[in-house]
Amino acid sequence: MQASFKTDNDLNLNRRGFLRVSTAAAGGLLISLYLDLPAFAHVGTQAPPPKVYPPNAFVHVRADGKIVIQVNRLEFGQGVQTSLPMILADEMDADWSQVVAELAPAADVYKDPIFGIQMVGGSGSIAHSFQQYRELGAKTRAMLIAAAADRWHVTSDQCRTENSVVYGPGNRSSRYAELANDAARKPVPDKVRLKNPSEFRLIGKKVRRLDSRAKCDGSQKFGLDLDLPGMKVAVVAHPPVFGGRVKSIIDNDARSIEGVRDVFEIPLVKGSGVAVVADKFWTAKQARDRLKIDWDLSGIEHADSSQLWTRYKELARTTGNVALARGDNKAMESIAATNRIVAEYEFPYLAHTPMEPLNTTIRFDGDAAEAWVPSQFQTMDQMAIAQVLGLKPQQVTFHTEFAGGGFGRRAVIDSHVQREAAVIAKRFRGTPVKLIWTREDDVRGGYYRPMHAHRVEIGIGPDGLPAAWRHVIVGQSLVAGTPFAAMMIKNGVDGTVVEGVEDTSYNIPSFHVSAHHPTVNVPVLWWRSVGNTHTAFVMETLIDELATRAKIDPIAYRRKLLKSDAKKLRGALDLMEEKSAAWRNNLPKGHAVGISCHECFGTGVACAVDVSIENKRPKIHRVTIAVDCGLAVNPLTIESQFQGGVAFGVTQLMAKGAITFKDGRVEQRNFDGYTPPYIVDAPVTVDVHIVPSTEAPSGCGEPPVPVISPAVVNALAKLRGKRYRSLPLVNI
Amino acid sequence: MATYQLNVNGQHREVNVDPSTPLLWVLREELKMTGTKYGCGISACGACTVHLAGIATRSCVVPVSLLGDRPIITIEAIGQDPVGRAVQDAWVDKDVVQCGYCQSGQIMSAVALLKATPKPTDTNIEESMGGNLCRCATYVRIREAINSASQQLK
Repeated sequence: MQASFKTDNDLNLNRRGFLRVSTAAAGGLLISLYLDLPAFAHVGTQAPPPKVYPPNAFVHVRADGKIVIQVNRLEFGQGVQTSLPMILADEMDADWSQVVAELAPAADVYKDPIFGIQMVGGSGSIAHSFQQYRELGAKTRAMLIAAAADRWHVTSDQCRTENSVVYGPGNRSSRYAELANDAARKPVPDKVRLKNPSEFRLIGKKVRRLDSRAKCDGSQKFGLDLDLPGMKVAVVAHPPVFGGRVKSIIDNDARSIEGVRDVFEIPLVKGSGVAVVADKFWTAKQARDRLKIDWDLSGIEHADSSQLWTRYKELARTTGNVALARGDNKAMESIAATNRIVAEYEFPYLAHTPMEPLNTTIRFDGDAAEAWVPSQFQTMDQMAIAQVLGLKPQQVTFHTEFAGGGFGRRAVIDSHVQREAAVIAKRFRGTPVKLIWTREDDVRGGYYRPMHAHRVEIGIGPDGLPAAWRHVIVGQSLVAGTPFAAMMIKNGVDGTVVEGVEDTSYNIPSFHVSAHHPTVNVPVLWWRSVGNTHTAFVMETLIDELATRAKIDPIAYRRKLLKSDAKKLRGALDLMEEKSAAWRNNLPKGHAVGISCHECFGTGVACAVDVSIENKRPKIHRVTIAVDCGLAVNPLTIESQFQGGVAFGVTQLMAKGAITFKDGRVEQRNFDGYTPPYIVDAPVTVDVHIVPSTEAPSGCGEPPVPVISPAVVNALAKLRGKRYRSLPLVNI
Repeated sequence: MATYQLNVNGQHREVNVDPSTPLLWVLREELKMTGTKYGCGISACGACTVHLAGIATRSCVVPVSLLGDRPIITIEAIGQDPVGRAVQDAWVDKDVVQCGYCQSGQIMSAVALLKATPKPTDTNIEESMGGNLCRCATYVRIREAINSASQQLK
């Protein structure tokens, strides 16, 4: 699939479609690999040689033996800066100790082979680029062998490779670095043999991260750390209600501070704000604090959480746009009321709050611009900057900066942070300007996981299994009104809102799922694992409740209810059951075990937790995770993603894990009011077990998140004898 | 603006800034030492942790005017200290980091913990590391790395 990004209305992107797509789809990308990319001059040493080896955009064998590999997506914790080079280096037989990884700038050649834009999302980094990076490595290796074979007047099949050396007949050998220039002149082979798994030297091994040391000694530069000659720093005062406009500004006090360069109104995606530009951040922030702004807040909805709940719950009692209607639609009516359950759930808005506050640096030079962005969405952000500056995207040199987390927050369709930065930079032609969103801007700035209400009615069959299931979900669409809507909204249903229910792995004969998407004046966004954050919670707590009611072991109940083709979940359940048996059967007094399982992004996960109650909060002593993610490229990364991902998922159980609104204003301000998990809130130990597999790899960034909160709450239900259907867990 | 004489990582540094400027922004913007991170500005996340006269301190809420001549140690120099080096090595060995943005602060807090309590219990770790937020939630490996560094130092 050779997808390309053309215009806003021609966005070739199918988020749901990619979930189960085979990695073989990556093929067509190689056609464009060998484009001459001007932005690539920096890969060479000083004056770029006529031909940099190989003549493509992903690998450069330097004369000193270093092998520089371009990573076609953002590194923000998930480990691709190590895992993607591992894949390429393995097929290339490169010396791993000599591999240097770089984050690629924005360019067509680095677009995600499946999505067709350059981005990180949908747990697609390894899933989409595994085949791509293998082929790149194998082709590079073939060209190096061809160069050696020519030099020695032998055939390629008389040569072999190991650790960045080609070996030929008669004890001949040559290092890759010595062959690089000749190899660059060789034709790129159309087809190459890829390794059998038994030949892998790196893939499947626990390989430590390449960026660890720099992240432990303070030398790793993130977007926020950028320092350019003459650079200015900007902050923006945003309206207290989304879409508000500046009526008047009194800025005398702000301007009187030494080092303040300008104060001016700027357009926002919705409404307007006031930019303050200064020599330093602290100066800019002090000046912003001294602004007196009169806002026009008329004509815009003032969101209010308690009113929204009332509205959402009413909507949930009516059928929405139908996502799925399977089986006998009248089955429910034939089930006695005593065998029915009705459950209503509430989920609040959630902020992502990545540790590195949002930022973007831009220098506008009139007919060109340069941008430095910790971005999950390079293609979109580059286009937005170009649009604001009146340039073509290729006139914006776009550097991908390391990001301090993201979880979806740096993949924003309207690129609102980059647009603000571009508007400001345009006024300071020739001067780089770094826009910094403070933590307060971030917590109050919108683009949240939307609030949701669910209402589920279940009719239980004589075997204790659900015979009929009617499910209504209420929540804002993530993509309505954007270029993504055409692909992601079907029959009035946004797939990201119903995923995890509509495509459940459980076999329910009569199954009806519908959704309402109210319009609310609060910008919303995907939050690590997207719809599964709430849908898995609902499904897995209800399944647990049904198992309890049927007096069947919760693992056995799930196994009974799973579809016969839910191979990954079955494998994960079996492995989790085995690995957790010893501690599950030997729990201390006051502890309870909670179970959950969920498949999303092509990865099946099963989870058991050991929970007690300490200081009126759940204490998570232990988590056992089993995962089937296809071939495990780097088991160490997978272990880390699951250990961290389950603790990230605890965010929605925190007592202060909610963004709420009153009269259009966000009631939280910083980590004091919106409080994610600290060490004491996170699981003490997490053991991760991987189901052996040789199938194509699937993602591991998002699948850890959905399983933890239902598992914890299922344990709490045992300890407290009641079910929890409203998050956050303010009182247990 | 006022001039301050600071003792940063054993070196004498002079800065000319507004007296209200937090140490964090003096380090990052005046001294160009960006290893110390801005995360919240209200001492709620610990990303800005440095050692001030040997005590783990949130540099985002300490104005430069209150520093005096107390020595300041940052992540850039903590590796010169044997405990600091052991903690950094344990962090690398245990592959703790993910995005890595909070880890300067985590390491500075862990070094302070191990200097005061060479054999920390789980409770000691939870107390000393309790104010350092990690959104990647690398906490399990942070615990392992602290225990590993403690072993190495015995």
